Amino acid sequence: MAEPSREIAVQARSVGNVAIIYASDYLNKLSGERIERECRRQLESGCRTLIINFRDTELVNSIGVSILVGVIDAAEQSTARLIFSDVNNHTANLFEMLGLTRHVSLAADEAEALSLVSEA
Amino acid sequence: MDTNTQRLLHTFSALADLGQEISDTNDFEEMLRNSFHLLLGSLAIRRGAVTEYDREAGTLRLIASRGFGESTNDALELPADHARELASFGSTMTLDGATRRAQRFLEDHKALASIEIDLLLPLVVRERLIGIVLLGEKASAEKYTDEDLEVLSALARHIGVGIHSHRLLEEVEHKAIENQRLYDGLRKIYKETVQAFAAAIDIKDRYTQGHSVRVGKYSEIIAREMGWSDEEVEGITIAGYLHDIGKLIVDLSVINSPERFSAKDSKEMSRHPSAGYEILARINHPYAEIPLMARYHHERIDGNGYPDGLKGDQIPPGAKIVTLADSFDAMTTDRPYRKKLPLEDVLEDFRANTGTQFDPAVVCAFCRAFLNEIEGRKEKRLLNLLKKNYDEVESVTPLLNQLISDFDGASLTATAH
Repeated sequence: MAEPSREIAVQARSVGNVAIIYASDYLNKLSGERIERECRRQLESGCRTLIINFRDTELVNSIGVSILVGVIDAAEQSTARLIFSDVNNHTANLFEMLGLTRHVSLAADEAEALSLVSEA
Repeated sequence: MDTNTQRLLHTFSALADLGQEISDTNDFEEMLRNSFHLLLGSLAIRRGAVTEYDREAGTLRLIASRGFGESTNDALELPADHARELASFGSTMTLDGATRRAQRFLEDHKALASIEIDLLLPLVVRERLIGIVLLGEKASAEKYTDEDLEVLSALARHIGVGIHSHRLLEEVEHKAIENQRLYDGLRKIYKETVQAFAAAIDIKDRYTQGHSVRVGKYSEIIAREMGWSDEEVEGITIAGYLHDIGKLIVDLSVINSPERFSAKDSKEMSRHPSAGYEILARINHPYAEIPLMARYHHERIDGNGYPDGLKGDQIPPGAKIVTLADSFDAMTTDRPYRKKLPLEDVLEDFRANTGTQFDPAVVCAFCRAFLNEIEGRKEKRLLNLLKKNYDEVESVTPLLNQLISDFDGASLTATAH
């Protein structure tokens, strides 16, 4: 069955110059595209550090991976830093296996992610 | 869970998702974009494109891409022999084989070479090239393994079949539309021919010009009021146009006689329904009942009509409609032996002859259609046909209501079958 086209706003907040974007429970096409749009919007508005918080994310499918790779590209083109926080073990292994971790930093939680930003 | 198992599960899940995407053909472009994402996401590939091969134009058209910028936006030329060569690669290939042959292909296609692809996957269905998937490096920066190629080839095969099926469906739909257009054209020609025939019939009788076309239109209005389908209505309209075709064999001097028919002339004239049937039965009409409607349009419910003296339900419903339409037009137009009747007299004639000459259900339907037009509920078609001969038609409203009241529900013998 087709997913409803109703747009649900992606949760995001700013901490200083850092944008924190919250991924949903299942990162598929619909939720992935919302995150991608928000990341691009943040990058276009000049933000150079993005944290994607996966605290609610249980599963990332192939479309989700593809969209995240697109976000990585966009961040690299804008010379922005991208950090994934609160990634569960299964998803962290997936990101590791697919090589995403070569391009993003993983942080245990938001606090660690923010501290990584301040260290840089 | 070890890495290999997890990798296997991830790619297996991509394959399952892809199968679902491809079976959903509601939005082809969306299906392609999603399939492309699935393919890239299965191995976290950073750049890629899906192109579709246009055999007639000899070009590859980009239908989805990521990370290739503007460089792949133009259609790429791909001559037929190159397409055949690519098709011979098949969708399953080893990394070395693929890249070696792909490199040779790229040497001929500099536009593709400039975008630094790592892998080229021909989409082949039934030995024909459907398109090509171009892939860049993986996020891991690792080389593609044989296992990767197996996975990608399987995914690409699905995408190829998806594109192919969609195009086949489009082709079938296109052909169906084309056939419908041809069929509509033939029907139009048929109707125009029939109208020309009707005009030819009426020309023979200088007192009844336009009679056949009007009978066709009255029949159409009555049938529609009786709830007949569009196809049945079209059939009875044609029957109305052709109901008097048998007059073509009746002696001209009889038809154009300025006096009421003598017994001999009447006998000659009464041949026309059977003669019409004989003419029309030789033609394979789209509506099978047309010859019968012509044959029986002078039959009467009480069995005193001709040529066969049929009674009640023995008379086909369409013939009963044409009978009323024919009589109505005869009474509302001037004849050589009398002037047109006042509308009140026509309706009184209907009242007097319903149940003997006319079917009550047909009379009711006619009166309802008439009333609907007078009271503005329906388009004025019947009134437009009458207005040439009558200035004031609204005055018959009480009579129409009375007829409906008298005969509504009395008989349903003329309902469509």
